[in-house]
Amino acid sequence: MAKQIPATPMLDQLESGPWPSFVTGLKRLAKEKDMMADLLGQLETSYETRKGYWKGGTVGVYGYGAGVIPRFTELKDENDQPLFPDAAEFHTLRVQPPAGMHYTSDLLRSLCDTWDKYGSGLIAFHGQSGDIMFQGIKTENVQPAFDELNEKGFDLGGAGPALRTSMSCVGAARCEMSCYDEARALRTVINNNLDDMHRPALPYKFKFKFSGCPNDCVNAIQRSDFATIGTWRDNIQVNEQLIQDWVAKHGKTELVNQVINMCPTKAIRLVPKDKVAQGDGYSVAAVDAQDCMEIDNHNCVRCMHCLNVIPGGLLPGKDKGVTILIGGKGVLKIGATMGTVIIPFMKLESDEDFEKLNELARNVLDFFAENALEHERTGEMIDRIGLVNFLEGIGIDVDPNMILEPRSNPYVRTDGWDEEVAKWNERKAAAKAG
Amino acid sequence: MAELRQPIESGAPDPKPYMHPVMVKNYGKWVFHSHPRPGVLYHRAESGDEIWTVKAGTQRQMDTYTIRKLAEIADKYGDGYVRFTTRSNIEYMVADEKKVEPLIKALTEAGFPVGGTANSVSMVAHTQGWLHCDIPGTDASGVVKALMDELYDEFVKCEMPNRVKLSTSCCEINCGGQADIAVIVQHTKPPKINHDLVANVCERPAVVARCPVAAIRPALVNGKPSLEVDEKKCICCGACYPPCPPMQINDPEHSKIAIWVGGKNSNARSRPTFHKLVAAGLPNNPPRWPEVSAVVKKILSVYKADARPWERMRDWIDRIGWPRFFEKTGLPFTKYHIDDWKGHRVTFNASAHIRF
Repeated sequence: MAKQIPATPMLDQLESGPWPSFVTGLKRLAKEKDMMADLLGQLETSYETRKGYWKGGTVGVYGYGAGVIPRFTELKDENDQPLFPDAAEFHTLRVQPPAGMHYTSDLLRSLCDTWDKYGSGLIAFHGQSGDIMFQGIKTENVQPAFDELNEKGFDLGGAGPALRTSMSCVGAARCEMSCYDEARALRTVINNNLDDMHRPALPYKFKFKFSGCPNDCVNAIQRSDFATIGTWRDNIQVNEQLIQDWVAKHGKTELVNQVINMCPTKAIRLVPKDKVAQGDGYSVAAVDAQDCMEIDNHNCVRCMHCLNVIPGGLLPGKDKGVTILIGGKGVLKIGATMGTVIIPFMKLESDEDFEKLNELARNVLDFFAENALEHERTGEMIDRIGLVNFLEGIGIDVDPNMILEPRSNPYVRTDGWDEEVAKWNERKAAAKAG
Repeated sequence: MAELRQPIESGAPDPKPYMHPVMVKNYGKWVFHSHPRPGVLYHRAESGDEIWTVKAGTQRQMDTYTIRKLAEIADKYGDGYVRFTTRSNIEYMVADEKKVEPLIKALTEAGFPVGGTANSVSMVAHTQGWLHCDIPGTDASGVVKALMDELYDEFVKCEMPNRVKLSTSCCEINCGGQADIAVIVQHTKPPKINHDLVANVCERPAVVARCPVAAIRPALVNGKPSLEVDEKKCICCGACYPPCPPMQINDPEHSKIAIWVGGKNSNARSRPTFHKLVAAGLPNNPPRWPEVSAVVKKILSVYKADARPWERMRDWIDRIGWPRFFEKTGLPFTKYHIDDWKGHRVTFNASAHIRF
């Protein structure tokens, strides 16, 4: 043990400065682990030559086809022998964290124990998909390391063309903006579809993400194929005392400039007490002796800004649920895309509601599995086949909330117009009848 | 050989056993929060129960000594419970306000900066880079460490007009994500093809299909099946490299770094936005990437001075306009800033709305 740590003059420079240094951590591990001494050697080479030296391969655990990211060194001498042999295999185990990424200190230590025993001692909390990344393990140790983690209640995440590990925000655990039980939604959808995570058979990756409100702290809209965003459809709740406390502290000018003027749909006004709107759809709070803040909830788009500025003074309504957007993704084929609204609102409270979410998720996954081309994400599939074909495929009715504006291009066949109008009228009548 | 063991397909674990008891008790019943000081959040539940959160930055790629140290701090100064954020900060929750100051002191003394809340500059969401990725054009942990050393003050203070989120990606696939300021490697030359290896390593139709601009086609080179690239069409995206490593896209000199701004995932005020290219051609210059830090710091300083309270980077640019953004930051505007990808016409100014 205790192999000589190679000289790392470039990496050494990353040990100075106030931010915690990963290089210091690597060096600490290298004192006891030959693998990390050689890893430092390879990384330093990358810094010198500005090139990466890892290639993938096939390493897995019994019963699964995904969850291990294999890495083999490409840094070899003239005889094709690794320059840094103890880091020639440096695989990662992707492990799903508890939803919301909660840990006790004992759990952290227990995870460290396993990784000290079998792996490099290097762990990332967390990868960009939310996995705990246990980085650096030789092929022969992969199975026992996984077995031990698995016995502790942990399971591998996704990799390749598969359902991927999911993320949810802190949500209901500690946030007054939370509009549903994010952790339950995540576990419902992921844990009922694990076969698609552990045995990759989809056209390409598929990601779910869960944010408790439109602040979208886990970036579901841009970074997931299926974004579940908490929202509400009744009036913003008002705590008048907290609003008055806020105004007393910040002044009315700030209320006007930072709350009222920044409302994207001009749904908030400052009005004299005797001119306040009456009736359904308005939230009203006296801000001082003269004026009230009046919110037109039918014109509110639930952007969260005023709630963010006056925490507790304004809260989400009581009729909570979720908006679901499909097709967010990063670059590759067609460039980055945002998710598109396909469910403007659904309740997510009862067991039946969660079952409905699960059915929708399965339905979208099945449609994706059957209709997407190889290496095509959901957003790209919708781009290719059109939103209407996708909606018909999964059995969802069209809704004006799905678009920003109707088509401006007249090149369209409208032979089915009358039938479509009849469908719309039927749905309106059915909704009215309740 | 030991008998093979079937995995227990348990999926994502229930967080409740690992969650602070005050959070379990008041799950879904929080009504108020405030921000007593940078790095500290206060939350109050309907029941009147209170919890304080102390947030600290980490290096994300952590050795077990560091993790054990963080756990020891949780036991000695916290209540034994922590959680991680999506940007790899650690949060300690305590039910007693008296624990907040000692916790801050313990974290700071152990080298973990306390901050990252409200109007601070966030820890950089980032990718694996040379440490572990198979297609990285640069390092990520290193770029982030260098950047956060420079932005340390903005992490521990909350002096920005609104929150600022950063990300770093070691190639154009941009696993790092959308951000107010994003640092991403930009390849500038078409792939260099090792024709001797293509036939053995690459599934050629898959590689051809992967190209977003149809610049790759099968070819016979030196009598062997290979691929060729129409270099005029090629946009140097690197999508061909993962399924076909003999099409080397990374280049020590010509893989440059670009800076993008104005992305936000929140729906607050405006709809979510993607970040936009503002600077490119910065050298991939380890171990400190000073040219990258300089541009990021310049953009941040102008935003800090010019934006109004609550304006995110994108809100500020929407108010002042892109021409003024380039003017104020001193960044050059070039033909490469004009989009020519699908749907580009919607990015053009089809109005006489011009600020003078």
